Amino acid sequence: MTGDTLYHKKKRPLEALLLGAVYGAASVSVLLLCGVIGYVFAKGAGTLSWSFLTTVTSALKQTVGIAGNLVNTLYIIVLTLLAATPIGVGAAIYLNEYAKPGRLVRLIEFTTETLSGIPSVLFGLFGMVFFGEVLGLGYSLLSGAFTLTLMVLPLIVRNAQEALRTVPDSYRSGALGMGASRWHMIRTILLPSAIPGILTGIILAVGRIVGESAALLFTAGSARLLPRLGGGLLENVKKLGGKALESGGTLTIELYLQMQNGKYDVAFGAGCVLIVIVLCINLWMKLLAGRWKTR
Amino acid sequence: MEKSKLLVKDLNLYYGANRALKDVEMEIRDKAVTALIGPSGCGKSTFLKCINRMNDLVENVRIRGQVLLDGENIYDRRVDTTLLRKKVGMVFQQPNPFPMSIYDNVAYGPRLHGVKAKQELDSIVEEALKGAAIFEEVKDRLKKPALGLSGGQQQRLCIARALAVRPEVLLMDEPTSALDPISTSKVEELMEALKKSYTVVVVTHNMQQAARVSDDTAFFLLGAVVEFGPTAALFSRPRDKRTEDYITGRFG
Repeated sequence: MTGDTLYHKKKRPLEALLLGAVYGAASVSVLLLCGVIGYVFAKGAGTLSWSFLTTVTSALKQTVGIAGNLVNTLYIIVLTLLAATPIGVGAAIYLNEYAKPGRLVRLIEFTTETLSGIPSVLFGLFGMVFFGEVLGLGYSLLSGAFTLTLMVLPLIVRNAQEALRTVPDSYRSGALGMGASRWHMIRTILLPSAIPGILTGIILAVGRIVGESAALLFTAGSARLLPRLGGGLLENVKKLGGKALESGGTLTIELYLQMQNGKYDVAFGAGCVLIVIVLCINLWMKLLAGRWKTR
Repeated sequence: MEKSKLLVKDLNLYYGANRALKDVEMEIRDKAVTALIGPSGCGKSTFLKCINRMNDLVENVRIRGQVLLDGENIYDRRVDTTLLRKKVGMVFQQPNPFPMSIYDNVAYGPRLHGVKAKQELDSIVEEALKGAAIFEEVKDRLKKPALGLSGGQQQRLCIARALAVRPEVLLMDEPTSALDPISTSKVEELMEALKKSYTVVVVTHNMQQAARVSDDTAFFLLGAVVEFGPTAALFSRPRDKRTEDYITGRFG
Protein backbone atom coordinates (compact mmCIF):
# COMPACT_ATOMS: atom_id res chain seq x y z
CA MET A 1 0.00 0.00 0.00
CA THR A 2 1.32 3.36 -0.95
CA GLY A 3 0.52 6.73 0.59
CA ASP A 4 -1.90 7.51 -2.24
CA THR A 5 -4.90 5.64 -0.99
CA LEU A 6 -7.65 7.09 1.17
CA TYR A 7 -8.43 3.71 2.75
CA HIS A 8 -6.48 4.24 5.89
CA LYS A 9 -9.17 4.90 8.42
CA LYS A 10 -7.33 5.30 11.68
CA LYS A 11 -8.56 4.10 15.00
CA ARG A 12 -8.61 6.99 17.45
CA PRO A 13 -8.74 5.38 20.89
CA LEU A 14 -8.73 8.69 22.79
CA GLU A 15 -11.75 9.89 20.83
CA ALA A 16 -13.66 6.73 21.68
CA LEU A 17 -12.64 6.98 25.31
CA LEU A 18 -13.83 10.56 25.62
CA LEU A 19 -17.07 9.73 23.86
CA GLY A 20 -17.61 6.94 26.36
CA ALA A 21 -16.83 9.30 29.22
CA VAL A 22 -19.40 11.92 28.22
CA TYR A 23 -22.02 9.24 27.56
CA GLY A 24 -21.19 7.84 30.97
CA ALA A 25 -21.50 11.22 32.65
CA ALA A 26 -24.83 11.83 30.98
CA SER A 27 -26.24 8.47 31.97
CA VAL A 28 -24.97 8.76 35.54
CA SER A 29 -26.73 12.07 36.03
CA VAL A 30 -29.98 10.75 34.60
CA LEU A 31 -29.70 7.53 36.57
CA LEU A 32 -28.99 9.38 39.81
CA LEU A 33 -32.08 11.51 39.35
CA CYS A 34 -34.25 8.53 38.47
CA GLY A 35 -32.67 6.62 41.33
CA VAL A 36 -33.51 9.27 43.89
CA ILE A 37 -37.07 9.63 42.63
CA GLY A 38 -37.49 5.88 42.48
CA TYR A 39 -36.10 5.43 45.99
CA VAL A 40 -38.41 8.11 47.39
CA PHE A 41 -41.38 6.45 45.74
CA ALA A 42 -40.34 2.97 46.87
CA LYS A 43 -40.03 4.16 50.44
CA GLY A 44 -43.05 6.43 50.44
CA ALA A 45 -45.53 4.48 48.36
CA GLY A 46 -46.54 2.34 51.34
CA THR A 47 -47.61 5.42 53.26
CA LEU A 48 -49.63 6.85 50.41
CA SER A 49 -53.30 6.28 50.81
CA TRP A 50 -56.51 8.16 50.45
CA SER A 51 -56.62 9.00 54.15
CA PHE A 52 -52.97 10.12 54.09
CA LEU A 53 -53.92 12.69 51.47
CA THR A 54 -57.22 13.78 52.98
CA THR A 55 -56.71 13.87 56.75
CA VAL A 56 -54.59 15.84 59.14
CA THR A 57 -52.12 14.25 61.52
CA SER A 58 -53.80 14.14 64.91
CA ALA A 59 -52.87 12.26 68.07
CA LEU A 60 -56.43 12.58 69.28
CA LYS A 61 -58.08 11.06 66.23
CA GLN A 62 -55.09 8.80 65.65
CA THR A 63 -54.73 9.83 62.03
CA VAL A 64 -51.63 10.50 59.98
CA GLY A 65 -52.15 12.77 57.01
CA ILE A 66 -50.86 15.72 55.07
CA ALA A 67 -54.06 17.36 53.85
CA GLY A 68 -53.34 20.52 55.83
CA ASN A 69 -49.81 20.76 54.45
CA LEU A 70 -51.07 20.24 50.92
CA VAL A 71 -53.47 23.13 51.31
CA ASN A 72 -50.76 25.27 52.90
CA THR A 73 -48.41 24.52 50.02
CA LEU A 74 -51.02 25.66 47.52
CA TYR A 75 -51.66 28.78 49.58
CA ILE A 76 -47.96 29.66 49.66
CA ILE A 77 -47.54 29.02 45.92
CA VAL A 78 -50.55 31.10 44.95
CA LEU A 79 -49.90 33.95 47.38
CA THR A 80 -46.23 34.17 46.48
CA LEU A 81 -46.90 34.16 42.74
CA LEU A 82 -49.69 36.72 43.15
CA ALA A 83 -47.20 39.06 44.75
CA ALA A 84 -44.05 38.16 42.82
CA THR A 85 -45.35 37.92 39.25
CA PRO A 86 -46.74 41.45 38.87
CA ILE A 87 -43.79 42.99 40.69
CA GLY A 88 -41.25 40.91 38.79
CA VAL A 89 -42.77 41.39 35.36
CA GLY A 90 -43.35 45.06 36.09
CA ALA A 91 -39.71 45.49 37.08
CA ALA A 92 -38.58 43.69 33.94
CA ILE A 93 -40.76 45.93 31.78
CA TYR A 94 -39.35 49.00 33.47
CA LEU A 95 -35.76 47.83 33.10
CA ASN A 96 -36.14 46.78 29.48
CA GLU A 97 -38.57 49.27 28.02
CA TYR A 98 -38.52 52.47 30.04
CA ALA A 99 -35.25 52.86 31.91
CA LYS A 100 -32.42 54.52 30.10
CA PRO A 101 -29.48 52.14 30.13
CA GLY A 102 -27.11 53.45 32.74
CA ARG A 103 -26.04 53.30 36.31
CA LEU A 104 -29.49 52.89 37.83
CA VAL A 105 -30.34 49.92 35.62
CA ARG A 106 -27.00 48.28 36.33
CA LEU A 107 -27.53 48.86 40.06
CA ILE A 108 -30.99 47.28 39.99
CA GLU A 109 -29.74 44.34 37.95
CA PHE A 110 -26.81 43.90 40.32
CA THR A 111 -29.04 43.91 43.38
CA THR A 112 -31.45 41.38 41.90
CA GLU A 113 -28.50 39.14 41.01
CA THR A 114 -27.19 39.47 44.56
CA LEU A 115 -30.62 38.79 45.98
CA SER A 116 -30.64 35.43 44.24
CA GLY A 117 -27.33 34.43 45.81
CA ILE A 118 -28.34 35.02 49.42
CA PRO A 119 -28.94 31.85 51.49
CA SER A 120 -32.61 31.32 52.17
CA VAL A 121 -32.25 31.12 55.95
CA LEU A 122 -31.29 34.78 55.87
CA PHE A 123 -34.53 35.57 54.09
CA GLY A 124 -36.26 33.61 56.85
CA LEU A 125 -34.60 35.75 59.50
CA PHE A 126 -35.49 38.96 57.70
CA GLY A 127 -39.06 37.81 57.07
CA MET A 128 -39.59 36.78 60.66
CA VAL A 129 -38.42 40.14 61.96
CA PHE A 130 -39.81 42.42 59.27
CA PHE A 131 -43.05 40.81 58.12
CA GLY A 132 -43.68 38.92 61.35
CA GLU A 133 -42.81 41.50 63.97
CA VAL A 134 -42.60 44.92 62.36
CA LEU A 135 -45.65 44.46 60.12
CA GLY A 136 -47.31 42.30 62.76
CA LEU A 137 -48.11 39.35 60.50
CA GLY A 138 -46.67 36.90 63.02
CA TYR A 139 -46.33 33.30 61.93
CA SER A 140 -48.65 33.30 58.95
CA LEU A 141 -48.91 32.00 55.42
CA LEU A 142 -48.91 35.62 54.24
CA SER A 143 -45.68 36.39 56.06
CA GLY A 144 -44.14 33.28 54.50
CA ALA A 145 -45.40 34.21 51.04
CA PHE A 146 -43.97 37.71 51.30
CA THR A 147 -40.63 36.28 52.38
CA LEU A 148 -40.59 33.90 49.42
CA THR A 149 -41.60 36.75 47.13
CA LEU A 150 -38.26 38.37 47.88
CA MET A 151 -36.53 35.11 47.10
CA VAL A 152 -38.17 34.31 43.77
CA LEU A 153 -38.29 37.89 42.49
CA PRO A 154 -34.85 37.66 40.79
CA LEU A 155 -35.91 34.52 38.92
CA ILE A 156 -39.03 36.15 37.58
CA VAL A 157 -37.36 39.46 36.75
CA ARG A 158 -34.47 37.82 34.94
CA ASN A 159 -36.57 35.46 32.88
CA ALA A 160 -39.10 38.14 31.97
CA GLN A 161 -36.28 40.47 30.98
CA GLU A 162 -34.68 37.77 28.86
CA ALA A 163 -38.03 37.15 27.18
CA LEU A 164 -38.61 40.84 26.49
CA ARG A 165 -35.11 41.16 25.06
CA THR A 166 -35.79 38.51 22.43
CA VAL A 167 -38.83 40.37 21.06
CA PRO A 168 -37.58 41.99 17.83
CA ASP A 169 -37.33 45.77 17.82
CA SER A 170 -39.24 45.84 14.56
CA TYR A 171 -42.39 44.87 16.49
CA ARG A 172 -41.87 47.86 18.74
CA SER A 173 -41.38 50.37 15.93
CA GLY A 174 -44.24 48.79 13.99
CA ALA A 175 -46.68 49.37 16.80
CA LEU A 176 -45.35 52.78 17.81
CA GLY A 177 -45.29 53.85 14.16
CA MET A 178 -49.03 53.34 14.02
CA GLY A 179 -49.55 55.65 16.93
CA ALA A 180 -49.67 53.11 19.75
CA SER A 181 -48.61 54.45 23.11
CA ARG A 182 -45.74 52.68 24.77
CA TRP A 183 -47.98 50.94 27.27
CA HIS A 184 -50.43 49.86 24.56
CA MET A 185 -47.52 48.41 22.59
CA ILE A 186 -46.25 46.56 25.66
CA ARG A 187 -49.69 45.17 26.47
CA THR A 188 -50.67 44.08 22.97
CA ILE A 189 -47.35 43.07 21.39
CA LEU A 190 -44.55 42.58 23.91
CA LEU A 191 -46.27 40.76 26.74
CA PRO A 192 -48.02 38.20 24.52
CA SER A 193 -44.71 37.42 22.82
CA ALA A 194 -42.91 37.22 26.16
CA ILE A 195 -45.42 34.94 27.90
CA PRO A 196 -43.47 31.68 27.35
CA GLY A 197 -40.38 33.22 28.95
CA ILE A 198 -42.37 34.65 31.81
CA LEU A 199 -43.89 31.21 32.41
CA THR A 200 -40.39 29.72 32.54
CA GLY A 201 -39.58 32.13 35.35
CA ILE A 202 -42.76 31.11 37.13
CA ILE A 203 -41.92 27.41 36.82
CA LEU A 204 -38.51 27.99 38.37
CA ALA A 205 -40.15 30.08 41.08
CA VAL A 206 -42.63 27.32 41.89
CA GLY A 207 -39.73 24.92 42.19
CA ARG A 208 -38.06 27.15 44.74
CA ILE A 209 -41.28 27.80 46.63
CA VAL A 210 -42.15 24.14 46.91
CA GLY A 211 -38.65 23.18 47.93
CA GLU A 212 -38.11 25.89 50.51
CA SER A 213 -37.90 25.10 54.19
CA ALA A 214 -35.51 27.41 56.01
CA ALA A 215 -37.17 30.63 54.93
CA LEU A 216 -40.62 29.33 55.84
CA LEU A 217 -40.04 27.65 59.17
CA PHE A 218 -39.84 30.95 61.05
CA THR A 219 -42.27 32.93 58.93
CA ALA A 220 -45.15 30.66 57.96
CA GLY A 221 -44.62 28.23 60.78
CA SER A 222 -45.59 24.57 60.81
CA ALA A 223 -49.30 24.30 61.62
CA ARG A 224 -51.17 21.43 59.96
CA LEU A 225 -54.74 22.58 60.29
CA LEU A 226 -57.19 22.62 57.43
CA PRO A 227 -59.25 25.74 56.91
CA ARG A 228 -62.45 25.34 58.92
CA LEU A 229 -65.27 25.69 56.48
CA GLY A 230 -68.99 25.96 56.98
CA GLY A 231 -71.77 28.48 56.68
CA GLY A 232 -72.68 30.47 53.62
CA LEU A 233 -70.57 31.18 50.56
CA LEU A 234 -69.48 34.59 51.78
CA GLU A 235 -68.49 33.18 55.14
CA ASN A 236 -66.45 30.46 53.47
CA VAL A 237 -64.65 32.98 51.30
CA LYS A 238 -63.86 34.98 54.43
CA LYS A 239 -62.57 31.90 56.19
CA LEU A 240 -60.42 30.91 53.22
CA GLY A 241 -59.00 34.43 53.10
CA GLY A 242 -58.48 34.49 56.85
CA LYS A 243 -56.46 31.31 56.56
CA ALA A 244 -53.68 33.38 54.94
CA LEU A 245 -53.19 35.13 58.27
CA GLU A 246 -52.82 31.86 60.15
CA SER A 247 -49.71 29.80 60.57
CA GLY A 248 -49.25 26.87 58.21
CA GLY A 249 -46.46 24.49 57.27
CA THR A 250 -45.90 23.43 53.67
CA LEU A 251 -45.20 19.84 52.63
CA THR A 252 -41.49 20.48 52.75
CA ILE A 253 -41.73 21.79 56.32
CA GLU A 254 -43.77 18.75 57.29
CA LEU A 255 -41.23 16.48 55.64
CA TYR A 256 -38.46 18.17 57.59
CA LEU A 257 -40.30 17.92 60.92
CA GLN A 258 -41.27 14.27 60.40
CA MET A 259 -37.70 13.47 59.48
CA GLN A 260 -36.51 15.13 62.68
CA ASN A 261 -38.90 12.97 64.64
CA GLY A 262 -37.59 9.85 62.92
CA LYS A 263 -40.89 9.20 61.12
CA TYR A 264 -39.23 8.39 57.83
CA ASP A 265 -42.20 6.70 56.21
CA VAL A 266 -44.36 9.79 56.61
CA ALA A 267 -41.47 11.95 55.39
CA PHE A 268 -41.04 9.84 52.27
CA GLY A 269 -44.79 9.88 51.69
CA ALA A 270 -44.78 13.67 51.77
CA GLY A 271 -41.76 13.56 49.45
CA CYS A 272 -43.70 11.52 46.87
CA VAL A 273 -46.54 14.03 46.92
CA LEU A 274 -44.06 16.90 46.55
CA ILE A 275 -42.48 15.35 43.49
CA VAL A 276 -45.86 14.75 41.90
CA ILE A 277 -46.92 18.36 42.58
CA VAL A 278 -43.77 19.81 41.03
CA LEU A 279 -44.15 17.52 38.04
CA CYS A 280 -47.78 18.49 37.52
CA ILE A 281 -47.10 22.22 37.77
CA ASN A 282 -44.19 21.98 35.33
CA LEU A 283 -46.23 20.02 32.81
CA TRP A 284 -49.13 22.42 33.14
CA MET A 285 -46.91 25.46 32.58
CA LYS A 286 -45.20 23.79 29.61
CA LEU A 287 -48.63 23.16 28.14
CA LEU A 288 -49.63 26.77 28.70
CA ALA A 289 -46.43 28.06 27.14
CA GLY A 290 -46.83 25.73 24.18
CA ARG A 291 -50.38 26.78 23.59
CA TRP A 292 -49.30 30.42 23.66
CA LYS A 293 -46.60 29.82 21.12
CA THR A 294 -48.87 28.18 18.58
CA ARG A 295 -51.42 30.99 18.74
CA MET B 1 -51.79 67.01 -7.37
CA GLU B 2 -50.28 70.47 -7.32
CA LYS B 3 -51.29 71.17 -3.74
CA SER B 4 -48.54 70.69 -1.18
CA LYS B 5 -49.15 68.27 1.66
CA LEU B 6 -45.95 68.62 3.61
CA LEU B 7 -43.73 71.60 3.87
CA VAL B 8 -40.32 71.14 5.44
CA LYS B 9 -38.59 74.31 6.58
CA ASP B 10 -35.01 74.62 7.68
CA LEU B 11 -34.94 71.19 9.29
CA ASN B 12 -31.82 70.24 11.25
CA LEU B 13 -31.30 67.07 13.23
CA TYR B 14 -28.49 66.30 15.65
CA TYR B 15 -27.43 62.95 17.10
CA GLY B 16 -25.60 64.31 20.11
CA ALA B 17 -23.02 66.61 18.55
CA ASN B 18 -23.30 65.08 15.10
CA ARG B 19 -25.44 67.03 12.66
CA ALA B 20 -27.27 64.42 10.61
CA LEU B 21 -29.64 66.69 8.66
CA LYS B 22 -28.60 70.09 7.41
CA ASP B 23 -31.09 72.86 6.61
CA VAL B 24 -33.46 70.57 4.74
CA GLU B 25 -36.17 72.36 2.77
CA MET B 26 -38.77 70.41 0.83
CA GLU B 27 -42.27 70.73 -0.48
CA ILE B 28 -43.99 67.38 -0.80
CA ARG B 29 -46.99 67.40 -3.10
CA ASP B 30 -50.35 65.92 -2.17
CA LYS B 31 -51.33 62.63 -3.88
CA ALA B 32 -47.91 62.18 -5.42
CA VAL B 33 -44.97 59.86 -4.87
CA THR B 34 -41.82 61.53 -3.64
CA ALA B 35 -38.63 59.44 -3.71
CA LEU B 36 -35.65 60.06 -1.45
CA ILE B 37 -32.39 58.77 -2.89
CA GLY B 38 -28.77 58.96 -1.87
CA PRO B 39 -25.92 56.80 -0.59
CA SER B 40 -26.12 54.94 2.73
CA GLY B 41 -25.85 57.21 5.73
CA CYS B 42 -26.87 60.33 3.82
CA GLY B 43 -29.80 61.00 6.13
CA LYS B 44 -32.70 60.05 3.88
CA SER B 45 -34.14 57.49 6.32
CA THR B 46 -33.55 59.87 9.21
CA PHE B 47 -35.45 62.53 7.28
CA LEU B 48 -38.28 60.10 6.57
CA LYS B 49 -38.62 59.32 10.27
CA CYS B 50 -38.83 63.03 11.03
CA ILE B 51 -42.13 63.16 9.18
CA ASN B 52 -43.96 61.05 11.75
CA ARG B 53 -41.64 61.77 14.65
CA MET B 54 -40.24 58.27 14.94
CA ASN B 55 -36.97 59.94 15.88
CA ASP B 56 -38.55 60.91 19.18
CA LEU B 57 -37.81 57.36 20.28
CA VAL B 58 -34.09 57.63 19.66
CA GLU B 59 -31.94 58.91 22.48
CA ASN B 60 -29.95 62.10 22.22
CA VAL B 61 -31.76 63.40 19.19
CA ARG B 62 -32.45 67.12 18.85
CA ILE B 63 -34.52 68.52 16.03
CA ARG B 64 -34.67 72.16 14.92
CA GLY B 65 -36.90 73.55 12.22
CA GLN B 66 -40.43 72.85 11.08
CA VAL B 67 -42.37 70.13 9.31
CA LEU B 68 -45.79 71.44 8.33
CA LEU B 69 -48.52 68.91 7.65
CA ASP B 70 -51.42 70.77 6.03
CA GLY B 71 -49.99 73.90 7.56
CA GLU B 72 -49.61 72.54 11.10
CA ASN B 73 -46.15 72.15 12.58
CA ILE B 74 -45.83 68.56 13.72
CA TYR B 75 -43.10 69.56 16.17
CA ASP B 76 -45.40 71.96 17.96
CA ARG B 77 -45.60 71.00 21.61
CA ARG B 78 -49.40 70.67 21.38
CA VAL B 79 -49.14 67.87 18.82
CA ASP B 80 -50.38 64.43 19.86
CA THR B 81 -48.05 61.85 18.30
CA THR B 82 -50.80 59.23 18.26
CA LEU B 83 -52.95 61.45 16.03
CA LEU B 84 -49.93 62.41 13.94
CA ARG B 85 -48.98 58.78 13.31
CA LYS B 86 -52.58 57.98 12.47
CA LYS B 87 -52.34 60.55 9.69
CA VAL B 88 -48.79 59.67 8.71
CA GLY B 89 -48.34 55.90 8.48
CA MET B 90 -45.08 54.04 8.01
CA VAL B 91 -43.89 50.91 6.25
CA PHE B 92 -40.48 49.62 7.27
CA GLN B 93 -37.56 48.12 5.41
CA GLN B 94 -37.96 44.68 6.94
CA PRO B 95 -41.52 43.36 6.80
CA ASN B 96 -42.56 43.37 10.45
CA PRO B 97 -45.94 41.72 10.84
CA PHE B 98 -46.85 41.10 14.47
CA PRO B 99 -46.92 37.52 15.73
CA MET B 100 -50.69 37.26 15.43
CA SER B 101 -53.22 36.41 12.75
CA ILE B 102 -53.41 38.24 9.42
CA TYR B 103 -56.74 39.71 10.45
CA ASP B 104 -55.48 40.89 13.84
CA ASN B 105 -52.47 42.51 12.20
CA VAL B 106 -54.63 44.65 9.97
CA ALA B 107 -57.16 45.30 12.73
CA TYR B 108 -54.42 46.39 15.13
CA GLY B 109 -54.45 50.04 14.10
CA PRO B 110 -58.24 50.49 13.92
CA ARG B 111 -58.62 48.80 17.30
CA LEU B 112 -55.90 51.03 18.69
CA HIS B 113 -57.80 54.06 17.51
CA GLY B 114 -61.03 52.88 19.04
CA VAL B 115 -62.92 50.82 16.45
CA LYS B 116 -64.64 47.96 18.25
CA ALA B 117 -67.64 46.86 16.21
CA LYS B 118 -66.94 43.53 14.51
CA GLN B 119 -68.68 44.44 11.25
CA GLU B 120 -66.88 47.72 10.92
CA LEU B 121 -63.54 46.03 11.61
CA ASP B 122 -64.32 43.35 9.04
CA SER B 123 -64.97 45.90 6.35
CA ILE B 124 -61.91 48.01 7.24
CA VAL B 125 -59.70 44.91 7.15
CA GLU B 126 -61.05 43.83 3.78
CA GLU B 127 -60.73 47.30 2.33
CA ALA B 128 -57.15 47.65 3.58
CA LEU B 129 -56.13 44.24 2.27
CA LYS B 130 -57.65 45.08 -1.11
CA GLY B 131 -55.88 48.43 -1.05
CA ALA B 132 -52.58 46.62 -0.56
CA ALA B 133 -53.39 44.13 -3.36
CA ILE B 134 -53.14 41.10 -1.12
CA PHE B 135 -56.78 40.36 -0.33
CA GLU B 136 -57.19 37.66 -2.97
CA GLU B 137 -54.13 35.80 -1.68
CA VAL B 138 -55.12 35.76 1.98
CA LYS B 139 -58.91 35.96 2.08
CA ASP B 140 -59.26 32.27 2.94
CA ARG B 141 -56.77 32.35 5.78
CA LEU B 142 -57.36 35.57 7.63
CA LYS B 143 -57.18 33.75 10.95
CA LYS B 144 -53.82 32.13 10.16
CA PRO B 145 -50.59 33.54 11.61
CA ALA B 146 -49.15 36.39 9.57
CA LEU B 147 -45.64 35.04 10.02
CA GLY B 148 -46.54 32.13 7.74
CA LEU B 149 -46.73 34.43 4.72
CA SER B 150 -43.87 34.90 2.27
CA GLY B 151 -41.66 37.98 2.57
CA GLY B 152 -43.40 39.83 -0.25
CA GLN B 153 -46.81 39.00 1.15
CA GLN B 154 -45.70 40.09 4.60
CA GLN B 155 -44.63 43.46 3.24
CA ARG B 156 -47.94 43.99 1.48
CA LEU B 157 -49.67 42.95 4.70
CA CYS B 158 -47.68 45.63 6.51
CA ILE B 159 -48.83 48.12 3.89
CA ALA B 160 -52.41 46.97 4.49
CA ARG B 161 -51.85 47.36 8.22
CA ALA B 162 -50.71 50.92 7.66
CA LEU B 163 -53.64 51.66 5.32
CA ALA B 164 -56.18 50.33 7.81
CA VAL B 165 -55.91 53.43 9.98
CA ARG B 166 -56.74 55.50 6.86
CA PRO B 167 -53.65 57.68 6.84
CA GLU B 168 -53.14 60.66 4.57
CA VAL B 169 -49.41 60.20 4.14
CA LEU B 170 -47.59 56.90 3.77
CA LEU B 171 -43.89 56.77 4.53
CA MET B 172 -41.98 53.81 3.09
CA ASP B 173 -38.44 53.11 4.21
CA GLU B 174 -36.81 51.00 1.47
CA PRO B 175 -39.95 48.85 1.31
CA THR B 176 -38.62 46.49 -1.35
CA SER B 177 -34.99 46.05 -0.34
CA ALA B 178 -35.76 42.76 1.42
CA LEU B 179 -37.96 41.43 -1.39
CA ASP B 180 -37.38 39.40 -4.54
CA PRO B 181 -37.94 41.04 -7.97
CA ILE B 182 -41.49 39.76 -8.44
CA SER B 183 -42.62 40.97 -5.04
CA THR B 184 -40.79 44.23 -5.71
CA SER B 185 -42.70 44.87 -8.88
CA LYS B 186 -45.95 44.14 -7.06
CA VAL B 187 -45.13 46.69 -4.39
CA GLU B 188 -44.10 49.21 -7.06
CA GLU B 189 -47.41 48.76 -8.87
CA LEU B 190 -49.06 49.25 -5.53
CA MET B 191 -47.29 52.57 -5.02
CA GLU B 192 -48.67 53.77 -8.35
CA ALA B 193 -52.16 52.87 -7.22
CA LEU B 194 -51.71 54.30 -3.74
CA LYS B 195 -50.90 57.79 -4.88
CA LYS B 196 -54.48 58.20 -6.08
CA SER B 197 -55.56 58.37 -2.46
CA TYR B 198 -52.39 58.97 -0.47
CA THR B 199 -49.29 61.08 -0.39
CA VAL B 200 -46.40 58.64 -0.57
CA VAL B 201 -42.81 59.31 0.46
CA VAL B 202 -40.42 56.47 -0.30
CA VAL B 203 -36.76 55.97 0.53
CA THR B 204 -35.03 53.80 -2.00
CA HIS B 205 -31.56 52.62 -2.90
CA ASN B 206 -32.76 51.59 -6.27
CA MET B 207 -32.43 54.41 -8.80
CA GLN B 208 -34.57 52.68 -11.42
CA GLN B 209 -37.26 52.30 -8.82
CA ALA B 210 -37.17 56.01 -8.03
CA ALA B 211 -37.34 56.82 -11.72
CA ARG B 212 -40.21 54.37 -12.28
CA VAL B 213 -42.53 55.16 -9.41
CA SER B 214 -41.95 58.73 -8.26
CA ASP B 215 -43.19 62.12 -9.37
CA ASP B 216 -40.59 64.06 -7.43
CA THR B 217 -37.14 63.03 -6.28
CA ALA B 218 -34.84 64.42 -3.63
CA PHE B 219 -31.15 63.55 -3.71
CA PHE B 220 -29.50 63.57 -0.29
CA LEU B 221 -25.80 63.73 0.38
CA LEU B 222 -24.17 64.01 3.80
CA GLY B 223 -27.39 65.12 5.45
CA ALA B 224 -28.24 67.86 2.97
CA VAL B 225 -30.59 67.96 -0.01
CA VAL B 226 -28.40 68.44 -3.05
CA GLU B 227 -31.17 68.53 -5.57
CA PHE B 228 -34.94 68.28 -5.45
CA GLY B 229 -37.42 68.43 -8.27
CA PRO B 230 -39.64 66.55 -10.69
CA THR B 231 -38.23 63.05 -11.19
CA ALA B 232 -38.15 63.21 -14.99
CA ALA B 233 -36.12 66.41 -14.95
CA LEU B 234 -33.80 65.30 -12.18
CA PHE B 235 -32.92 62.08 -13.93
CA SER B 236 -32.64 63.48 -17.46
CA ARG B 237 -31.03 66.85 -16.77
CA PRO B 238 -29.52 66.93 -13.28
CA ARG B 239 -28.44 70.44 -12.40
CA ASP B 240 -25.81 69.43 -9.90
CA LYS B 241 -22.66 67.54 -10.84
CA ARG B 242 -22.94 65.36 -7.70
CA THR B 243 -26.48 64.32 -8.62
CA GLU B 244 -25.31 63.38 -12.07
CA ASP B 245 -22.41 61.37 -10.67
CA TYR B 246 -24.71 59.52 -8.32
CA ILE B 247 -27.50 58.66 -10.74
CA THR B 248 -25.04 57.55 -13.39
CA GLY B 249 -23.42 55.28 -10.84
CA ARG B 250 -20.09 57.01 -10.56
CA PHE B 251 -20.23 56.87 -6.78
CA GLY B 252 -22.49 55.78 -3.96
